[in-house]
Amino acid sequence: MALQIITANRLLDGEVVYLGENAEWIENLSGAKTVDDADGEANLLAAAKEAEATQKIVGAYLMKVARDAAGIQTLSVKEEIRAKGPTVRYDLGKQAR
Amino acid sequence: MYRYDEFDSDFVQQRVEQFRDQVERRIAGDLTEDEFKPLRLMNGLYLQLHAYMLRVAIPYGTFNAAQMRKMAHIARKYDKGYAHFTTRQNVQYNWPVLKDIPTILEELAAVEMHAIQTSGNCIRNTTSDQYAGAAADEIEDPRVYCEIIRQWSSLHPEFTFLPRKFKVAVTGATTDRAAIRVHDIGLAIKKNAEGEVGFEVHVGGGQGRTPMIAKAVRDFLPKEHLLSYLEAILRVYNQLGRRDNKYKARIKILVHETGIEELRGLIEAEWERIKDSALKLPLDEVDRINDYFAAPAWEKLDATSRLFEVKRFEDRGFANWVKANVVAHRQAGYAIANISLKPEGEAPGDITDSQMEVVADLAEKYSFDEIRATHEQNLVLPHVKLDDLFEVYSILNTAGLATANLGLISDMIACPGLDYCALANARSIPVAQAISKRFSDIERQFDIGELKLKISGCINACGHHHVGHIGILGVDRKGEEYYQITLGGNANENAAIGKIVGPSFSYDSIVDAVETVVNTYLEIRNGKEESFLEAYNRVGLAPFKERLYA
Ligand code: HEM
Ligand code: SF4
Repeated sequence: MALQIITANRLLDGEVVYLGENAEWIENLSGAKTVDDADGEANLLAAAKEAEATQKIVGAYLMKVARDAAGIQTLSVKEEIRAKGPTVRYDLGKQAR
Repeated sequence: MYRYDEFDSDFVQQRVEQFRDQVERRIAGDLTEDEFKPLRLMNGLYLQLHAYMLRVAIPYGTFNAAQMRKMAHIARKYDKGYAHFTTRQNVQYNWPVLKDIPTILEELAAVEMHAIQTSGNCIRNTTSDQYAGAAADEIEDPRVYCEIIRQWSSLHPEFTFLPRKFKVAVTGATTDRAAIRVHDIGLAIKKNAEGEVGFEVHVGGGQGRTPMIAKAVRDFLPKEHLLSYLEAILRVYNQLGRRDNKYKARIKILVHETGIEELRGLIEAEWERIKDSALKLPLDEVDRINDYFAAPAWEKLDATSRLFEVKRFEDRGFANWVKANVVAHRQAGYAIANISLKPEGEAPGDITDSQMEVVADLAEKYSFDEIRATHEQNLVLPHVKLDDLFEVYSILNTAGLATANLGLISDMIACPGLDYCALANARSIPVAQAISKRFSDIERQFDIGELKLKISGCINACGHHHVGHIGILGVDRKGEEYYQITLGGNANENAAIGKIVGPSFSYDSIVDAVETVVNTYLEIRNGKEESFLEAYNRVGLAPFKERLYA
């Protein structure tokens, strides 16, 4: 099975978040929990459901990623932009921090 | 300008309080996202890629310095120091946080602004000609009727849950600057043979995945029947419009599937039934609203200004700006000054908080406290004395707002695209920026002449690519950004949908492709007098295709 993580937007400010290694919703892709089997996927979805029910996040979905020496890599322009910020304003979004 | 009456301010104020309560309930968990989403959309609040996005209405594109300053304040305090002007005379904030939204709406209400009717399946903010009340070619001021439509449509119980969103535009001039033929209803004010003023009514225009030019449903509608006729159209649509498939739910599909003849019959029958009801506009009410839009106290001036002529002779930058951005006014000694929000290499429609304040100051001092937002994502100072134009230009120039390019290739419409929008296939803004850099030479732009280039990041067509002389549409090819080119679209009174020229281009080759299209035009045109669109209409796609895919 392909490598996957789960992502969403934070309810309060819309910030892009990922479910991290220790079950927190974090802002950085690099710390996202990756899974590669059906059980892992089910766990991610269950965690997202719980977080949606407790007003932490909205619009959670699974996304495929790759992992190389530098860490987790996105596989589409859209996810790259979500992970960093607008490509036309480097002073905005995650890339600015 | 229109001023809120008691009813308007109560309504807006109540809406703010309701929404404050809804946001609190959402945060506390008493509302789920599914319950909250339609409520937030009724108040202009979307969730985008990186954050929430708040869309604020500028009814018929007219606003004043206090409103602009408030918008600047909101950009500074609750957002990231800028705002984005859209193609429907709205303004968007890209980074507000949820808990601040009710307070932002309250701040807006203090200057008679709101975000109502900027999203959702309702009758949206009615748009109009940005030169209304100032244009030399105007029959009557369209904003009067936009305001009447606003009062009728806000809160109209029958039309709050339409099959799909519904967009109306009104023009009062012979040149259509409001793109009325790509709206669900487009109204053109006209005079009939007897000299009476009324409306030519168009219905079923739209863009999106099935672009269509509106069809004329009535050649002349006496103005007192405006609301009954609109109500008849909306009622027929509300009853017959499809609700099973959101892509087939717009009135354009109904017009297409039912045929304009049959639909006209239904509309006219319904109208006959209700035309003499309470919806018949009392002409004194029209007059009352007309008073709000009375012409400012223009001075009696000479048609020419010596100062203006001297400066135009002395200052090349000013001369270029006048040539591109300044338009004839109906009153002698005045001019309409366009402020381009397309400086070289910047995101079309974006403006910083401090630039907004510069525009506010200029409006107050030099333009009877009036500003306009255009559907082409620019701003207008509608009533500037020729004597003051150089001063206005100089101040704009210092603020980075004096780009001379109105109607030229670098004055593009571009939607937010994949840099912000959750629905996008591809980025729009960097493509626009690259094109604007490629064509930055103003002499070259003047030589190319009028050319409307419009870019959308997906088939929803927020960037109006279907009606661009050159249209660019972002498509997804196996996860990569590609761009399809259409040619020959047009949004004015000769509206047309552009034709796809051929296979799409990669992100790295789209700017070259646009340049090839432009160079082809330069080679084939019958002299400078033949515009891009005229040349295209003469020769069609073939020569462009040949050069692009050689
Ligand atoms: C960034 C958030 C936005 C979202 C989620 C969004 C979504 C959409 C969708 C789904 C449609 C297609 C509707 C249909 O075919 O029924 C649409 C159409 C449109 N949008 Fe947007 N849009 C956004 C931003 C904008 C902006 C920034 C502008 C102006 C620059 C804009 C102006 C329009 C226009 C003019 C249309 C075409 C209307 C028609 O179908 O006739 N939108 N939008
Ligand atoms: S055209 Fe598509 S990409 Fe552009 S703003 Fe509209 S929905 Fe987003």
